[in-house]
Amino acid sequence: MDMSRIVRTTANVLLPFILIYGFYIVMHGHLTPGGGFQGGAVIATGIVLLFAAYSYTDLKEKVTLGALKNSETLGLLLFIFTALLALTAGFAFFGNWLVNGGAIFGDMVAFGPNPGDLNTGGVIPIMNLAVGIEVLGAMGVIILSMLSGIQEDA
Amino acid sequence: MIQDIILQNSPALLLAVPMLGAFATPLFGRISGTVRNAWVLLVMAATLAISLVLGFEVLTNGTMVYTFGAAAPSLSIPADSGGIPIRIIFTVDAMSVFMAISASIVAFAVTLYSLVSQKMSTGKDGYYALLILMLVGILGMVCTGDIFNFFVFLEINSLAGAALVAYRVDKGLAVEGGLKYAVISTLGGLMVLFSVALLYGQYDTLNIAMIAERMQFTFLDQVALVMLIVALAMKAGAVPMHFWTPDAYSMAPSAVTALLIVASQASLYGVFRVAFTLYGVALNWVTIGWIVIILGVLSMFVGVTMAIPQKDVKRLMAYHAVSQTGYMLLGVGVGLAVLGDPEMMKLFGLTAMEGGIFHIINHAMYKGLLFLTAGAIFYQTGTRNLNKLGGLGHSMKWTMLFFIIGALAIAGIPPFNGFASKLMIYESVFLFNPLLSIIAMVVSVLTLASFVKVFHSIFMGPKLPEYEEVKEVPGPMLAGMGILALLVVLFGIFPQQIVDILIAPAAGALIDQSGYIESVLGGI
Amino acid sequence: MFYNLPFIVAGLIIMVGIVTMVFKRNLVKMIMGLSLVEAGVNLLLVAIGYRAGGIAPIFTNAPDAQMVMPTVQAMTLTNIVIGIATTAMLLSFVMIIYRKYGTADAGKMRKLRG
Repeated sequence: MDMSRIVRTTANVLLPFILIYGFYIVMHGHLTPGGGFQGGAVIATGIVLLFAAYSYTDLKEKVTLGALKNSETLGLLLFIFTALLALTAGFAFFGNWLVNGGAIFGDMVAFGPNPGDLNTGGVIPIMNLAVGIEVLGAMGVIILSMLSGIQEDA
Repeated sequence: MIQDIILQNSPALLLAVPMLGAFATPLFGRISGTVRNAWVLLVMAATLAISLVLGFEVLTNGTMVYTFGAAAPSLSIPADSGGIPIRIIFTVDAMSVFMAISASIVAFAVTLYSLVSQKMSTGKDGYYALLILMLVGILGMVCTGDIFNFFVFLEINSLAGAALVAYRVDKGLAVEGGLKYAVISTLGGLMVLFSVALLYGQYDTLNIAMIAERMQFTFLDQVALVMLIVALAMKAGAVPMHFWTPDAYSMAPSAVTALLIVASQASLYGVFRVAFTLYGVALNWVTIGWIVIILGVLSMFVGVTMAIPQKDVKRLMAYHAVSQTGYMLLGVGVGLAVLGDPEMMKLFGLTAMEGGIFHIINHAMYKGLLFLTAGAIFYQTGTRNLNKLGGLGHSMKWTMLFFIIGALAIAGIPPFNGFASKLMIYESVFLFNPLLSIIAMVVSVLTLASFVKVFHSIFMGPKLPEYEEVKEVPGPMLAGMGILALLVVLFGIFPQQIVDILIAPAAGALIDQSGYIESVLGGI
Repeated sequence: MFYNLPFIVAGLIIMVGIVTMVFKRNLVKMIMGLSLVEAGVNLLLVAIGYRAGGIAPIFTNAPDAQMVMPTVQAMTLTNIVIGIATTAMLLSFVMIIYRKYGTADAGKMRKLRG
């Protein structure tokens, strides 16, 4: 049972903007309010919009449970590997081994109030990305499991 | 070189290795079931090895302080912060290491047991991942030196435990038990967070050592103390907040119940940490000590009297778990009540505390063993009702032997480990107040009576016709039970060595609040 | 009195949540009560971090004033995430109980007695 044509068209138009907005919040987590969890929740809202506009049975093959579980595991593994690699660089566990170093995300951080530079922060944007991918996977799995539970009853 | 890195970073590795194991389990599960089982067993063995290494390090060199996210692990106070520790700091002293070792041993035995007992169920990826996450929660709770971090690990522990209790969704009974456990745990966690908010609002810091140094016992601090002790005692299953215990422990798979017992004891560790280290010298020891003693005596008595008329084996054992928690509260409560009086402390207070703490590891072992034998009986016969079971002693000889070891240990019969810790509690509590000691001995006799009843109705008697094909359980289940039974016997034959190596430093570290503060803040 | 208003409101929300949990029979309403208690604790946490004349601890294009400590905001965020996981798990439990028992009434959850 689908929603009307207006709802479906609006969902089609809005979805890319919601996804880009969510990824913007995730990637700029070290400069502006936001970060991993908040951005991942916004992206999951985009997925919920898709499921609200089209019915669950239509979308079940396109947005699969397996893909969302994969993204959840990928996010978790990226997070714990980034934390463990700090041990090999001589820092404590979870230490920021990339900050001010010149490698990825390694520009020098200006002191005091400044217009932010995206290339700074070290390990923080990488962990934000990992948490964002993980949260979007986890929220998607929760939504899909609850929807499939309702389908079984009806 | 690699050994130095492992030794120096062992508090972090104690958490990182099981977390990596839990996150990678679904990947290995996709390859095959056997690969995943091997990976889980490897992770549990590695955690046990790291906890033994950390234990050896702390018992020889003193309290270990580990700062997360700093340039080096021991930089707890940055140079420009004015003497305030600002990161999450793990303070591993002898008491933490004692709880971590007992948790790792029980978790390893439980994993061996689950390899067979869960063979017929689906969704095993989630089961093993949640089991390892529950161990992460327990290890984090006992090693941390930061009170908000304690709350976060408490919640990880409760959520993983509630999901595991509701694992068997096919009948709906287990899910009801899981719902009750989840609601009570969340309410307790929110009360702990309320107290953390009150403490932060007054002292501007979240580090336990820093709060202990700045503590003035204002009215808000008293409110926070009451809420913390009530919430953590509720999670540990003390009377009068014990109503979730029989439902959750009986409906969970047996392997999970053994680990839930360790989780309840980690909350009991939280009560002791709050009373001895967070508040410490600011408390009125006699009042708080007597409150803990009364909670203990009520738990002992109510637990054993509600256990006697039970028909379901696991509900009976769950009520006994409540009763044994009372022994731990009684022992450490007597130590807390005489903390201000040095000569009474030397006479019997230290022995009472050592008895209570020794009872923690003994209880984890023999109660875990008893729950695993109940699970073995359920695996082979399909029922837990005492009226329907009978005559299993003919066919399940090893299970009967393990049950006898566990039942004699819980009743406090020599030469098993229950006798050693209960004797320490009896003789020291008798010097404090003879009435309490007599109540403890009566409860012990009632415990023995109820387990004799259980033994008779399960194992004795003629072989029943409906259990003709019942055989002994397979190898890994016996191996898991065997590890715990071996430790029960060993701790009973050599109690003095165990007390000298593990327990006396733990009791000493719990009493020594100023040593704890000094190791984090650097002796200012 | 006016300066204590956030704390009083947080306490009121917590009490309304506890009363809802104790007195409502439907399981979903009981979980809503738990969610209210959690919202009250979050409000209390954020209210503790207030300092008069402070600005948010963000360095990007920040005006010139004293910044508040971000500890309390980090605690609140962590609690919100924990709350989402707890509520999702509890609601899944209620869905399964409804399917097996046919009712979501807490008074009928009597199969585990004794």
